[in-house]
Amino acid sequence: MISQLTKAEREWAIILSAALAIGGLIVGAAGRNDLLGIHGFMVFVIGFGLLFLIVKDLYRPDPSPKRVTRYFDDPTKAGVILCMLWVIFGTFIGDWVAWLLVYPDATFDAGWSSFGRLRPVHTTSVIFGFGGNALIATSFHVLQRTTRARLVDQLSPWIVVIGFNIFCLLAVSGYVMGVTASKEYAEPEWYADIFLTIIWVLYFSIYLRTLRRRKEPHIYVANWYFMAFIVIVAILHIVNSLAVPVSLGHAKSYSLFSGVQDAMTQWWYGHNAVAFFLTAGFLGMLYYYLPKRAGRPIFSYRLSIISFWGITFLYMWAGSHHLHYTALPQWVQTLGMTFSIVLLVPSWASAGNALLTLRGAWDKVRDDATLRFMMVAAVFYGLSTFEGSFLAIRPVNSLSHYTDWTVGHVHAGALGWVAMITFGSIYTLVPWLWNRERMYSPRLIEVHFWLALTGAIIYVFAMWNSGIIQGLMWRAYNENGTLAYSFIESVAAMKPYYVGRAIGGFLFFAGSVIGLYNIWKTIHSPDLARAAAPDLAPIPHAAGSQTVPAAE
Amino acid sequence: MTKAERDPHTGRMTTGHEWNGITELNTPVPKPVWFFLTLGTLCAVIMWILFPTWPTVESYTKGLLGVDQRSSVEESLKNAAGYRADWTTTLESADVAALQADAAIMAHVGKTGPRLFEDNCAACHGVNATGAKGYPNLVDDQWLWGGDPDAIMETLRVGINAPHQQTRNSLMPAFGRDGMLSVEQRRQVVSYIQSLSTSPGADLEKVAPGKEIFIDHCASCHGADGMGLEASGAPNLTDDFWIYGGDIQSITETIYNGRQGWMPHWEGRLSVADRKLLTLYILELGKDPK
Repeated sequence: MISQLTKAEREWAIILSAALAIGGLIVGAAGRNDLLGIHGFMVFVIGFGLLFLIVKDLYRPDPSPKRVTRYFDDPTKAGVILCMLWVIFGTFIGDWVAWLLVYPDATFDAGWSSFGRLRPVHTTSVIFGFGGNALIATSFHVLQRTTRARLVDQLSPWIVVIGFNIFCLLAVSGYVMGVTASKEYAEPEWYADIFLTIIWVLYFSIYLRTLRRRKEPHIYVANWYFMAFIVIVAILHIVNSLAVPVSLGHAKSYSLFSGVQDAMTQWWYGHNAVAFFLTAGFLGMLYYYLPKRAGRPIFSYRLSIISFWGITFLYMWAGSHHLHYTALPQWVQTLGMTFSIVLLVPSWASAGNALLTLRGAWDKVRDDATLRFMMVAAVFYGLSTFEGSFLAIRPVNSLSHYTDWTVGHVHAGALGWVAMITFGSIYTLVPWLWNRERMYSPRLIEVHFWLALTGAIIYVFAMWNSGIIQGLMWRAYNENGTLAYSFIESVAAMKPYYVGRAIGGFLFFAGSVIGLYNIWKTIHSPDLARAAAPDLAPIPHAAGSQTVPAAE
Repeated sequence: MTKAERDPHTGRMTTGHEWNGITELNTPVPKPVWFFLTLGTLCAVIMWILFPTWPTVESYTKGLLGVDQRSSVEESLKNAAGYRADWTTTLESADVAALQADAAIMAHVGKTGPRLFEDNCAACHGVNATGAKGYPNLVDDQWLWGGDPDAIMETLRVGINAPHQQTRNSLMPAFGRDGMLSVEQRRQVVSYIQSLSTSPGADLEKVAPGKEIFIDHCASCHGADGMGLEASGAPNLTDDFWIYGGDIQSITETIYNGRQGWMPHWEGRLSVADRKLLTLYILELGKDPK
């Protein structure tokens, strides 16, 4: 992969890796009396390792000049593999913490393995590690195909992929050591936040610069969504992470916000992370890989427009529904609730647009587990957005808030929608990227599909049950006019559902392992190679089905 | 750019755009989408009119229904308290002995006591009030600060070593850490303390000098006979009940570091009725430990 870089790019890569190593060394020295020092040292080792890798291949011959006439997919390949590694790690930790809720003693008496530290390891690994790598990888792929333009250069996409994964590593390793900003889904501390901001701005600039070189007059829907995802996530991340570090030598920082403003900022961030990271980005994925795999035109261009602007406009207001019946002024709650209700319409319009695109391709949905992954994802997207709008209604929320119902809702979205659309897209993408006729084993995709679906359904049903029972137990009064149950009784009552949830989670994890195995075998089965290699053919100069060489 | 074509399956025209083989149909937005968008917006507007919603310069629109979450919570709490008033007023006014004789009140205690105890006390004292290392058992006959109803009520009110002005204070000094007793002296006093109870393993040669150390350093709180003093919250050392363990290692550790057990005060967090109910419940548990 390094041999694909030009001499100049390799030299820049050396400078940047050295800068990373030196930066790590400086941070490590500044934070030598703090956990920050360990992170500085980690970055130093990574920078040094990258330096070594590049120097080793520095004097390889320059890549063929013809490369600029083709799409650049190396970072996408790396992103796909990293995304699968993160999902396996993330769901493994997720299942571990699920079992911790059944057997709270399973921590080996250590601090790092306590629920409070492992749980953010799970959420960060699946949201950012898995979701983020999936989005970065597919967005680079989709961007090039839908603009007929090669990525602007070869180095910056690599910086984004590697830098983003360094951020994820810093985040996850920090939690187990006890480094946390204590903001849900925004736990990394100030130095990791600054690092991510740099990476993210670079990501956006790649997107914009490539779009500027596009040879298609119109910008495809998928790109609207990917851009909304990148821009809004940047805004959310920067604002919510504003904080003052204790000193430049300490990992700990304190948020710029406090009290109810802090809560509102956090949930404005939290809900829009769901909206723009876990929804908009993945809708971008859906809008490319689903019609590709189904071989059908998008059901309605007009519906795409309505859904896109509906989703981007309405989501921004909805965050306060996470703070119903709290110190947040009631008028903010009403606003959040009403916008959340209207939000259902563009959400269902998107899900409907995806499902109606499958008209004329339902035979393929039946036979092809890859397309079925994407179909089920659209169904789960519809279900969980309905549930979301429903739970945002204040009286409903008074029952569901603080219960496992919320956990079930999140996982209907995360397992059913985000993960399924990703698996469908990856199974579509992998044979194209590695130039294979098909995936190594369609049967294993089928196995993965059923494991994932069963796991998700068991999980969600278990959490619906436990959540609603919790909510009802907490509000039940006896004839004395006092609480009918103590909190610990509601905890004990959850045990069977927690066992069920952990089993469902395990099935999902097992499916992901099979997925990676299948991808690995696909890459390492040369006999599956396509005779005509569309990826080696040049970027088409004129649009039109006759001149498009690649199926992707 | 391709030309708009007719999709054979749906009969719809495409928009004429094409991206790497993907086309889009020019299907009009389905009517239900417009309908529900209008309906949803209408619902939202109605709720904006009824409930507090939009910020103004210095305040916010109050809504026609005039609801306010703060006052509705207060009202709910008042209603709930009113519902309980028929028995909680008796609970507040009568003394514990009278209440214990009142079967109706004790029936209420039996229903509400466990919930109140589990939500507030069980985290330390255990669901069955049998305690754990560092947390006293509440169903045995041993009480640090007295087991009569008034003493229990007072302990609940002010807590132990708690940030309450009248809290009960009980701080055992760190005889080892703070250099008040040498290693040998600590060994001797440990042996003496062990000899007081039935705990086996006391080293008889050390018992006699240990007793002198005990009289000098420990008796002021634990009493010359080691029977403990309720006034200082110092436990009886001659029985089988140990809060921090009665083996040599535990006693040695206790003498080295001292003990500063802590219980929160409940005045301001639980009402008089609640605290009395808990007292009744604990006394009831002690009669018939599970």
